[in-house]
Amino acid sequence: MTQVTTSIPPPAVGTPVVEMRGISISFPGVKALADVDFRLLPGEVHALMGENGAGKSTLIKALTGVYTIDEGTVTVAGTDHRFTSPADSQAAGISTVYQEVNLCTNLTVAENMLLGREPHRFGRIDVKAMNRRARSVLDRLGLSIDPGSSLGEHSIAIQQLVAIGRALDIDARVLILDEPTSSLDADEVAKLFAVMSDLRDQGVAILFVSHFLDQVFEISDRMTVLRNGKLVGEYLTRDTTQLTLVEAMIGRELETLDRLEHQAPTAAPDEARVPLLQVLGLSRKGSLQAVDLEIYDGEVIGVAGLLGSGRTELARLLFGADTADAGTIDVRGSRRRFRTPRSAIGAKIAFSSENRRAEGVVEDLTIADNMLLTLQAARGWLRPVPQRTRDRLVEEYIKALDIRPPDPAALMRNLSGGNQQKVLLARWLITQPELLILDEPTRGIDIGAKTQIQQLVAKLADEGMSVVFISTELEEVLRLSDRVVVMRDRAKIADRFNDESVTVAGILATIAAGGAELKEEDSDA
Amino acid sequence: MRELVRRPLFWSTLALLLLIALNTAVTPSFLSVRLQDGHLYGSLIDILRNGAPVLLVALGMTLVIATRGIDLSVGAVAAIAGAVACVYIAGSDRPAATSTVVSAVALAVGVCILLGLWNGFLVSVFGIQPIIATLVLMTAGRGLAMLITDGQITTVVNPAFKVLGAGFVATLPVAILIALAVFAVTAVLARRTALGMLIESVGINPEASRLAGVRARTITWTVYVFCAFCAGVAGLMIASNTSAADANNAGLWIELDAILAVVIGGTSLAGGKFSLLGTLVGAMFIQTLATTIPTIGIPAEANYLFKAVVVIAVCLLQSPRVRAAFRSRRPVSTVKAGAA
Ligand SMILES: Nc1ncnc2c1ncn2[C@@H]1O[C@H](COP(=O)(O)OP(=O)(O)OP(=O)(O)O)[C@@H](O)[C@H]1O
Ligand SMILES: [Mg+2]
Repeated sequence: MTQVTTSIPPPAVGTPVVEMRGISISFPGVKALADVDFRLLPGEVHALMGENGAGKSTLIKALTGVYTIDEGTVTVAGTDHRFTSPADSQAAGISTVYQEVNLCTNLTVAENMLLGREPHRFGRIDVKAMNRRARSVLDRLGLSIDPGSSLGEHSIAIQQLVAIGRALDIDARVLILDEPTSSLDADEVAKLFAVMSDLRDQGVAILFVSHFLDQVFEISDRMTVLRNGKLVGEYLTRDTTQLTLVEAMIGRELETLDRLEHQAPTAAPDEARVPLLQVLGLSRKGSLQAVDLEIYDGEVIGVAGLLGSGRTELARLLFGADTADAGTIDVRGSRRRFRTPRSAIGAKIAFSSENRRAEGVVEDLTIADNMLLTLQAARGWLRPVPQRTRDRLVEEYIKALDIRPPDPAALMRNLSGGNQQKVLLARWLITQPELLILDEPTRGIDIGAKTQIQQLVAKLADEGMSVVFISTELEEVLRLSDRVVVMRDRAKIADRFNDESVTVAGILATIAAGGAELKEEDSDA
Repeated sequence: MRELVRRPLFWSTLALLLLIALNTAVTPSFLSVRLQDGHLYGSLIDILRNGAPVLLVALGMTLVIATRGIDLSVGAVAAIAGAVACVYIAGSDRPAATSTVVSAVALAVGVCILLGLWNGFLVSVFGIQPIIATLVLMTAGRGLAMLITDGQITTVVNPAFKVLGAGFVATLPVAILIALAVFAVTAVLARRTALGMLIESVGINPEASRLAGVRARTITWTVYVFCAFCAGVAGLMIASNTSAADANNAGLWIELDAILAVVIGGTSLAGGKFSLLGTLVGAMFIQTLATTIPTIGIPAEANYLFKAVVVIAVCLLQSPRVRAAFRSRRPVSTVKAGAA
């Protein structure tokens, strides 16, 4: 399984459209890529695989001219290239969606999609034509949002789709998608894959990164695996199994883990127990209809629902990130009003946002500062966390979550996406909350680390912490939760104990059973 | 050494040293400092003394810029401080007494703090863009100062007031001692407590900071108050140095000098990471530049042009992109050699 496969898959037209040879890139203190070869054939979907920090995004940025290559050559369609900016590579027919989607939330959807390529009429931007063109691309992705609406209004998933739409609009022979599906639900992934298959049939070469093995096996023809910045090998997907792939990625066998040994807290809560959190009629106009919810100590509540179903909105109201219009929250029997996140943090509630880049990461600060930010904010500026405590906590969590590089002074901006997510988790764990709200905590996290985080959640719950676990992956929700709350159309539609009778199919059926259309984009399906 | 070259502080310090060397080459006596009547005299001392107001204002500006803001009103606030103090002293029963000066200074600083509260309120509570919010006071402030002085240049004759801007303690100008004291206190507050980190966090990502429980609003607000305080003290120095309050000209364009000092010191206008030491060097650079221009015989008309050219050069030197452009010539050729 370590030798490089040399046979070429069926649709291949012999010569690779992209060929990278002996690529090395170093950052101060890190060798991100060491002598990596990579090729991309026309008419194939090629998955780039590897753990968090393996160098996938770096390889992509090396190809598209974001980073300067220390050593190695890049050939695109037979000619040597040394791109010095993303615009260069775009001009050479490489269209890229980077992992950290970088759009302008204050511009409209259409403006974002066509930025720099706006259609003109009489010397001015032709807004109508622009919206029309955006509309047609959005249709391909099955997205029925208004191209003239401002991007900031939409969820992170829609924003991700818009970024993909932007890349599709460019007539490219190479399409690069770095974790495009991390915040999409099954439906949207299916639509994206349909578009990708189409493009593949037209001869476009697609480079695809994902930590979802099922997706990789569904869509890709070939894969390249990286580990610690080195090439492990290139494989044909049809000759490979998930198990061998994972072994190639992590360099050893993965301990299988299907069951999590989390003991649900004492069966049905009796009348006398005071819930940690009792929520009655919590609502906010336009984002959440009145929700009742009880959370007991040591309970893991899974929240299932499609995008835009109100999952994130519920979490934000519980945390005071938005203020509720109506409803009450009692913490251990006493009434609380959370007008700011700070007041919720004071009540020992933690919230890790799904939107890592905009709402979590403080890029120019170090790992240590990012980890200790909440603790420090809670202590107030006059009482800095003592150096000793600081060092101890940071070291402890770097080790516990296997954060790479394990350097407390590394800048957050230089971490790979998955490692940033781990630092943010640590930020909240350090505050020792009683209720931990996790909105898509395993987004962008590799499969080894994902089970690690799930285990951690189970362990914390065993120790008495309550957890609200929001995830697009229903399997994950079911594996972890004691109770499952199902959301739809910004309202709670079900709340049941997670016993054998609850299945992924059952939840999907519950969601569908609501009657009316599930989501706006389904209305024409 | 590589590390050093990458730091903005390296380039601003280098620029300052070059400027001093240039001056020394033209006027060999530039570096000489002599002791006379227990006071130090010389060009360097003049630069320190005259640079004190810019340094003070730049200190406040550094923190404001770190939170992604900007304060255009510092010049107007400085003028108001001078006006309040001078009018109070001139109008009091004992215009020559030290006690009068104490209350005048307290009153002026108090007024400035109120003005800072106003700026901070507009920015942090109403969410008005800082450049617009402080533009209000920038324009209205001078009018306010005019009202206070009744449109006159109010002169005061008070030895105690004179000390602030033109006095000496232990052979050194009082003005620079005050500025350095404020610098030291700010540096200690910023770096020995968590304040600096929290300010940077708010400047880098306000929403993430808010969700992490940082009092983003309070921090932003406080920083504008501090900036106005610094501007007020600077205004008092200027008024004291000239023994007069000139509503039209006191502290004129000081906001630009301060912003330049901050930028030369390596703090990005985009907010986030700040360097107080850098600002100190930047302020001294700006002041030395002002002294250099007449010394090396640049005609007064070309004054601003020359300044602009120098400032752009320094900023370019610090820009990572420009340095990368210089550097990228080298690696390309080495790779070619390696590939061949
Ligand atoms: N600009 C940079 N400066 C310093 N180190 C960097 C920089 N960019 C990436 N790195 C480091 O290079 C390594 C590879 O990072 P990369 O982002 O390519 O990982 P990845 O495979 O995309 O991981 P993930 O699945 O988490 O997105 C990591 O150790 C990362 O910390
Ligand atoms: Mg990545």
